[in-house]
Amino acid sequence: MYLSDLKRGEEGIIKKINLEGNIKVRLQDMGFIPGNRVKCVLISPFNDPKAYLINGTTLSIRKKDALEIEVDRFE
Amino acid sequence: MNKIKIALIGNPNVGKSTIFNYLTGLKQHTGNWTGKTVDTCEHSFTYENNKIQIVDLPGTYSLKSYSEEEVVATNFILKKDYDIAVVIGDATNLEKSLNLVLQTLEMTKKVILVVNLIDEASKNGIVINSKKLSNLLDIPVVTTDARNGVGINKLMNEIIHYEKESSFILKYNPLIEEELTDLDHEKRYQKLKELEKENLMKDKIIKNTIDTAKRITKEVVKYTKEDYNKKSRILDQILTNKLTGIPIMICMLFLCLWLTITFSNIPSNLLFEMFNFLEDKLYNLLEFLYFPKFLIDLLVLGVYKTTTWIISVMLPPMMIFFPLFTLLEEYGILPRIAFNMDYCYQKCNANGKQCLTMLMGFGCNAVGVTGSRIIESKREKLMAILTNVFVPCNGRFPTIIALITMFLVTTNRMTSSFLSAVFLTLFILLGILMTFIVSKILSLTLLKGYPSSNVLELPLYRRPKIMKLIVKTMLEKVLAILKKTILIAIPTGLMLYLLANININGESLLYLLSKFFNSFGLLLGLDGMIIIAFLLGFPANEIVVPILLMGYLAEGSLVEYESLELLKNVLVNHGWTLLTAINFIILTLFHFPCGTTLLTIKRETGSIKWTLISFILPTIIGILLCLIIKLFFFLF
Repeated sequence: MYLSDLKRGEEGIIKKINLEGNIKVRLQDMGFIPGNRVKCVLISPFNDPKAYLINGTTLSIRKKDALEIEVDRFE
Repeated sequence: MNKIKIALIGNPNVGKSTIFNYLTGLKQHTGNWTGKTVDTCEHSFTYENNKIQIVDLPGTYSLKSYSEEEVVATNFILKKDYDIAVVIGDATNLEKSLNLVLQTLEMTKKVILVVNLIDEASKNGIVINSKKLSNLLDIPVVTTDARNGVGINKLMNEIIHYEKESSFILKYNPLIEEELTDLDHEKRYQKLKELEKENLMKDKIIKNTIDTAKRITKEVVKYTKEDYNKKSRILDQILTNKLTGIPIMICMLFLCLWLTITFSNIPSNLLFEMFNFLEDKLYNLLEFLYFPKFLIDLLVLGVYKTTTWIISVMLPPMMIFFPLFTLLEEYGILPRIAFNMDYCYQKCNANGKQCLTMLMGFGCNAVGVTGSRIIESKREKLMAILTNVFVPCNGRFPTIIALITMFLVTTNRMTSSFLSAVFLTLFILLGILMTFIVSKILSLTLLKGYPSSNVLELPLYRRPKIMKLIVKTMLEKVLAILKKTILIAIPTGLMLYLLANININGESLLYLLSKFFNSFGLLLGLDGMIIIAFLLGFPANEIVVPILLMGYLAEGSLVEYESLELLKNVLVNHGWTLLTAINFIILTLFHFPCGTTLLTIKRETGSIKWTLISFILPTIIGILLCLIIKLFFFLF
């Protein structure tokens, strides 16, 4: 499943990031690294973007990018 | 005297600029935004017989990516043209800051870590063992609450007594370490850079750094409150909720505008009276000095009157709007607005942060244009700059409101203010709609491209310091704008006076010019004098109506209207109809940016081409809309 599939309040474990370039480095710096936990915390009024909590930071990520981040659901 | 050069580096939003300001007494902008410091800022001061030079680097999360700010910061740190790199970290999120500290330590051994926002952290039950942190990294660690000046002296002491270089070395997994054996600090970094060229390796290196930051954080940070960010979470749920999010945002915008419009009248009138009083004095003084009458008239009735006029009508609204806006900014509301609206901008291939520059535009388009620095992508930044003028600024609101009251709302008092508000809202929405349409069109033509990945941090809410905020806004925004406006107002005042007072065959140049533009004006459902008023009102939108009145009444200097009824009489006597009023409003909304804004656009884009486009684009749209509306009136 992908990051964008997480519903509000759900958590996932990052598996793989299929992005390249600047955005990838930025996300990595924020803690988007395989094995890290990420939680979907907010959904904007138009359903896109959504905000995710990772390493104590809340980040808004557009759906098109969240579709490039593979996660496993964390129960 | 001892000379010490310091490089300030840190994540965005952790109070780096606050510390810089505190040390230097300079009022540079700070806020919950990425990339506030786009260029490096330098400042020197003396502390206990040490000459201290500080370089403030742009906020950055990493020294490994390629965004404009991060490259500036990385290059500076690498050049080693400084004695100490002071890294500002965030006590409420140490892990993120440590990532940057670790990266900095790979580039230089001379590091001091400042853990700022310690007050916020303790409020949230976060306890940091700074002694242990200092031991682990082998660098001095100072905790500060920069907004209140706590810990700054301790920091200064560490700086002037700095001696020992750090011996900390970030260990990698054996596979990478193998490549790094027996390399000294500098060679080690170069080798790492080389290894990073390979993507898979770079991922591993970054992961290693982040894992180390995580491990250290676990050792030195204790969370004593389970729900330390509960308040922020609840507020977030309300502000970004599907049902309440957008209405709350709109209400906040209206509250800001309403407060601005309502409360700027009184100081405006006071300024008018003061300047009028001084005008007489100035006139007398110049007469006393035997200035020729013509020159006195030119200087006083032309330059002085026009300049002070603009100041009187422009200053008070800005002094109310911008502190309000900065309040929302400091509190952390703005990133939430960008979050809510991002989808609409994404659909126009634009950046969600454009929404914020648009909101700034309601205060002053020049500020909106400067604000577009927060957008990293060049294409999206240009888009924000070019569309900013489509929302009416403080200078245009009063004109629009006056015309609505005079020509669009003619019912009794009870419903009229409500109806006015409705019409005003419609015109504002038209402006906002136009920013979307034009953004979309631009993205398909001049600014082709796809939306960048707008990764936006939503920081915790912070309670702003009201007084500091007001002072800061004044110094940064209001004064800067005022200076530019005055620069443009002076030559305009000169020209206006000459045009109105040089007569050929008993008709003033102003009148002759208006005759020249009359057929063009009539084509748009307006008249020649209106066109002239817009053209001469170029330095500031506030003086368009006064110029118009001056022209209609054949006066020699700007004319204030006593009441709306009298103004309406004058206008109707000069052939104004409902169509004229509507098209006047349309043209007020959509025409070339004012002089100050144009100068700002030139500075921000550094390009004459884009400045010209920003001039032509809204003008064409205004003319087309006027033609369409006229056609509509003609047909029905």
